[in-house]
Amino acid sequence: MKIKKGWYILFTAPLMIIFAIIELIPFVTGIGYSFVKWNGLGKSPKTFVGLQNYARIFSDKLFLSSLLRTTIFTLITVVIVNILALLFAIIVTSRLKTRNVARAMIFMPYLIGGLILGYIWNYVLGEGMSSLASLTGMDNLFFNWLVDKKFAFYALIVVTTWQLAGYMMIIYIAGFQAISDDVIEAAAVDGANGIQTLFYVKLPLIMPSITICLFMTLSNCFKMYDVNVSLTGGGPNNATQLVAMNIFNEIFTKSNFGYGQAKAVILFFIIAVITLLQVRLTKSKEVTL
Amino acid sequence: MTTSIKKRLGVLWNILLIVFCCIWLYPVYIIVVNSFKSRSEMYENFLALPKHFTMEYYLGAFQKMNFFIAFKNSLIVTVISCIIILVLTSMTAWMFVRSGNRLSKFLFSVLIVTMLVPFQTIMMPLMQEMNSMQKATGIAFKDSLGGLIFMYIGFGAGMGVFLYDGFIRASVPASLEEAAYIDGASVWRVFWQVVFPILKPITVTVTILNVIWIWNDYLLPSLTLTSVENKTIPLAMALFFGQYNIQWNMSMAALTFAIIPVIIFYLSAQKYIVKGVAAGAVKG
Repeated sequence: MKIKKGWYILFTAPLMIIFAIIELIPFVTGIGYSFVKWNGLGKSPKTFVGLQNYARIFSDKLFLSSLLRTTIFTLITVVIVNILALLFAIIVTSRLKTRNVARAMIFMPYLIGGLILGYIWNYVLGEGMSSLASLTGMDNLFFNWLVDKKFAFYALIVVTTWQLAGYMMIIYIAGFQAISDDVIEAAAVDGANGIQTLFYVKLPLIMPSITICLFMTLSNCFKMYDVNVSLTGGGPNNATQLVAMNIFNEIFTKSNFGYGQAKAVILFFIIAVITLLQVRLTKSKEVTL
Repeated sequence: MTTSIKKRLGVLWNILLIVFCCIWLYPVYIIVVNSFKSRSEMYENFLALPKHFTMEYYLGAFQKMNFFIAFKNSLIVTVISCIIILVLTSMTAWMFVRSGNRLSKFLFSVLIVTMLVPFQTIMMPLMQEMNSMQKATGIAFKDSLGGLIFMYIGFGAGMGVFLYDGFIRASVPASLEEAAYIDGASVWRVFWQVVFPILKPITVTVTILNVIWIWNDYLLPSLTLTSVENKTIPLAMALFFGQYNIQWNMSMAALTFAIIPVIIFYLSAQKYIVKGVAAGAVKG
């Protein structure tokens, strides 16, 4: 049946208008803002500076180092999260009686939300670690992680892993459960042991889940902001500042609206390129029966 | 291997798994346990269970973070945003699929591509736009719960339409609708009485994903909500930590307050949450 135009507009226009106001218009005007110099005050002039904001990025050491740090953070976290999540999923899809309780407990941190997770670990790895040192007398083993440049960075990895591993586990579990028993039985008949079945049968078949999980962890880590705020605040001495925080500070703390926006546009391109490349790469490895 | 040894090994694995999970959630335990201790007791041994329970810090935290107001605001924003997102995205997705014209395909792909844009790229221009819309219309887009809900609808559009689209293509046969049209039902009635009830499984998924996202979101509300009476739970926490971060006992009580609603939500809807998160990703 042909649906009349009036119905079409009534059903789709409200959402599309709101979507355009909230996402499309700011995206387009945002590109415009990246070509001007402006301090964010309504009365101040917006001077057109061409590509100057983009050129400035290449000599901005703080930004470049935060970008490099974010890349390293993302690479390490993506690997750890996905290996852990796969392991958890394998354990939890076994026949252990406690599997449902375990699944529920491992997934829980994801629901708490980044900001609050960061505050929880702020105590555990900061104040808590110092107390542990005085409690046990082993101050070379336990110390406040958050005042040490290297360990504050590790703290970001630990907390992000804690947040995302359970989430990815759920997705991998769904992947494993979608594999039909016939395939597993066929492998067993052919004499494959558990490990062989895992590597040669199960893992290739859950490639779609791997594609999704890598995509989600990659984009999540690259945009990481709230854990950064509540766990380390970017400190000590900007040593753990990730790129999202750098952009936020440039715009809203230093009031360089045009320059900060140029960085934000760059962030969009980086995330788009990396995630699209990753999806193409892992999709090419997917197999069908 | 004899069966008894096998059985014992099984028990051992179960115990190991549970022990691991307890270690996994240990940070939460530390926060909850210490929120009941006095300051000196906490410094004595922060790992031990409290000897004397004190509720003192809970009273302090409850008042200082305006927990009741923050909880109410979080609830209002999450529930209303979710309902509007569900209604609008399901209607739009269904209309896109059934019309199948070029405009629909184009708008659909714009919605999907925009999901790749990080929030950081649009936050500043969005705030500028909201400022000028507020000036032009006199409607409070900034520092109001309504304005925040309006923004969440825009940000939730892509995922909602995408998930509904996949579900409608796979599991809603158009023949059902044809029969209703022949009986003389309007498009509006066909959608709400025939189609929408079939969408229930994916509606649960969209709801769960949106609740988790909106309830915990920090950056967007931190840019729009400035008055204390409008703060949501994450904002109230950030404000609280800015002021009282040295007083760890009270901070822990505040954190416990923030976790309680999440745990209640999880315990009451665990089955749906796990299913919803998995289904949302598989189609995503």
